[in-house]
Amino acid sequence: MSGVGARALVARELRRAWTGGGLVTPVVFFLLVAVLFPFAVGPDARLLARVGGGVIWAAALLAALLPVERLVGPDLEAGVLDQLAVRGVPLPGVMLAKIAAHWLGFAPALMLAAVIAAGLLGLSVETLVRVEAGLVIGTAGLAALAVATGALTAGLRGAGALAGLLMLPLAVPLLIFGAGAVTDGTGALKLLAAVSLLYLAGAPPVAAAAVRAGMD
Amino acid sequence: MLLERVAVARGGRELVRDLSLALGPGDAALVTGPNGAGKSSLIRVCAGLLRPVAGRVAASTSALADARLALDEERPLQRALAFWGGTVEDALRALNLLALADVPVRFLSTGQRQRANLARVVASGAPLWLLDEPINGLDAESTDVIETLVASHRANGGAVVVATHIPMSLPGATELRL
Repeated sequence: MSGVGARALVARELRRAWTGGGLVTPVVFFLLVAVLFPFAVGPDARLLARVGGGVIWAAALLAALLPVERLVGPDLEAGVLDQLAVRGVPLPGVMLAKIAAHWLGFAPALMLAAVIAAGLLGLSVETLVRVEAGLVIGTAGLAALAVATGALTAGLRGAGALAGLLMLPLAVPLLIFGAGAVTDGTGALKLLAAVSLLYLAGAPPVAAAAVRAGMD
Repeated sequence: MLLERVAVARGGRELVRDLSLALGPGDAALVTGPNGAGKSSLIRVCAGLLRPVAGRVAASTSALADARLALDEERPLQRALAFWGGTVEDALRALNLLALADVPVRFLSTGQRQRANLARVVASGAPLWLLDEPINGLDAESTDVIETLVASHRANGGAVVVATHIPMSLPGATELRL
């Protein structure tokens, strides 16, 4: 009897994210939001530099919504999750692999785009470093939320819109501490890490239970 | 595999009640019945994917082939199957798919997809095969291939549950009409 290992699961998710264009769209969207902001508030460089960190965080949150629909739904529909369950692969483990892979793909892409956005918004290097530090930690929590939301909305009509309603309120703590870390430094970073850990611990069982319920 | 006084319900409607079945090495069960009779649901119960509303299910490691292919559409067939592990090349040869090993799954025809689905089961090496409509969309030649594969699986001590609405040769099988 053959098994499917964690490495194979993560590798498959990463390959699908990159080849399916699943990561390009959110990154371009993220940059678009960052570009739109100066049009809305005007080209005042001092103002932009002050609010820029927050803008990047809000844009990151919105961009994190885009991949939600492709994370779990297609696998449920294609019977991949059924096959994994038949092989006795624990579903929380599958969900954890999805979170890890989503983070490994999404975080570097977003952090690279954040450098460009920081340039467009005229952020100082010091601010950029704080933004990036927050993004590394916060995107782990966002990935956990995205997979849990994807599992909860898998197979539903209008899953995308519903995913936004479910995920954005839960992402507020990440936004608060992430944007807070831009001005306050390490204290907010620790709280951000705590929230991320909470979501990382909670998301796999929640997502697995949602998938289980969908199978019945 | 053992089913003990199992009842299956879908959407609040009881489809199967009080069904008992015991399959040992070399045994086979043929589940027949009209559309919507609960054939697929029974297969999912055997696979442990659907909880029976009553009764008990005990099954050894199984491999499932149902209406959903569970292969990555953009990948070449052999690589897509390799994700699920097992003896992929042997399985491709057994199902006459070796020539299509490098063709992306999305380009396969209905019959080829069905054979790929069964190749995943053959490659798995699981003792219990659960086949939901295994010969749906297959030509006569491929149907013969499947029947031969099932027979040799049973000869090697495997067991199989087949749900089908198309008559299929399964010598000595326990027939369950739903």
